[in-house]
Amino acid sequence: VGHAVLAINGAEVNGRFTADGKDVLEFLGNPTNYPVSIRFGRHRLSSNEKLMLASMFHSLFAIGSQLSPEVGSSGIEMLETDTFKLHCFQTLTGIKFMVLADPRQTGIDALLRKIYEIYSDFALKNPFYSLEMPIRCELFDQNLKLALEVAEKAGPFGPGS
Amino acid sequence: MSRSPGRKQENHKISRELFVLTYGALVAQLCKDYEKDEDVNACLDRMGYSIGIRLIDDFLARSAVKKCRSYSETADMIAQVAFKMYLGVTPSVSCSSASGNEFSLILDKNPLVDFVEELPAERASLCYCNLLCGVIRGALEMVHLAAEVSFLQDRLKGDAVTEIGITFLRKPEDRKHRR
Repeated sequence: VGHAVLAINGAEVNGRFTADGKDVLEFLGNPTNYPVSIRFGRHRLSSNEKLMLASMFHSLFAIGSQLSPEVGSSGIEMLETDTFKLHCFQTLTGIKFMVLADPRQTGIDALLRKIYEIYSDFALKNPFYSLEMPIRCELFDQNLKLALEVAEKAGPFGPGS
Repeated sequence: MSRSPGRKQENHKISRELFVLTYGALVAQLCKDYEKDEDVNACLDRMGYSIGIRLIDDFLARSAVKKCRSYSETADMIAQVAFKMYLGVTPSVSCSSASGNEFSLILDKNPLVDFVEELPAERASLCYCNLLCGVIRGALEMVHLAAEVSFLQDRLKGDAVTEIGITFLRKPEDRKHRR
């Protein structure tokens, strides 16, 4: 329920077709293709969906800061559920960095600050990156990946995401 | 100049001369492009602004400073931490108004003008370092502080000192809504 086929035999699947145009159901229906390894998972969010969810969170964050009985609340820093923790770090410039991780994962605070550095380096210092737009900078992605790998290794339990 | 993951190490240094020459070339080119000093100054301010809006996050990420609680703290932060970090100098700060929203930064040393003694006669109103004003203004705007920043005195123009004036435009209590 709510899960979709993400990959077959290692090749990513988009909707009904694999990356090289094969129809998934056809492929699975043909016994000569067995054994086959199928990866299931939750649908990856599209950019638009991510934007929508992020702006919802932004509003919740603002409401959270205002509801706080303490003056000068820093807003929602963490949202904890059974299956994941959402960590949020807001900079003084109003940018929010959010990390979804395993509830037992440690070192997320350091990761958030590291991501801030990576953003200020590889996004902001790229003259072709316009502020407030989605970040499509190769170096940013590379360094972000590296930082996530480091954080995953450092945490005692399971992978972050 | 990409940075390795070990960011806290020594920053890769590039030649100060190259930086000063680059800035000088920028101003010289603008002087060729624009006849009026006001236009050059405005252009420098705009360029500085687009630097400032990006530089602020670099500053905040690297210095990890806490939010300033007053204009006075902010002015101190600019002079003692930011100027030190980016230009290696520490201007002195003074508050120049009773209402507590006007400040002056007195620059004893300014690397940008290391090799410039005075302005040529036909460029008497040029604010050579106006880029800095734009940077400060842009940076402050991104942390939701509106300010007017300009050179009040300039050694290059014959004044005794070089003084940058920062006037904060709104009282802190008015800033209820943050981004």
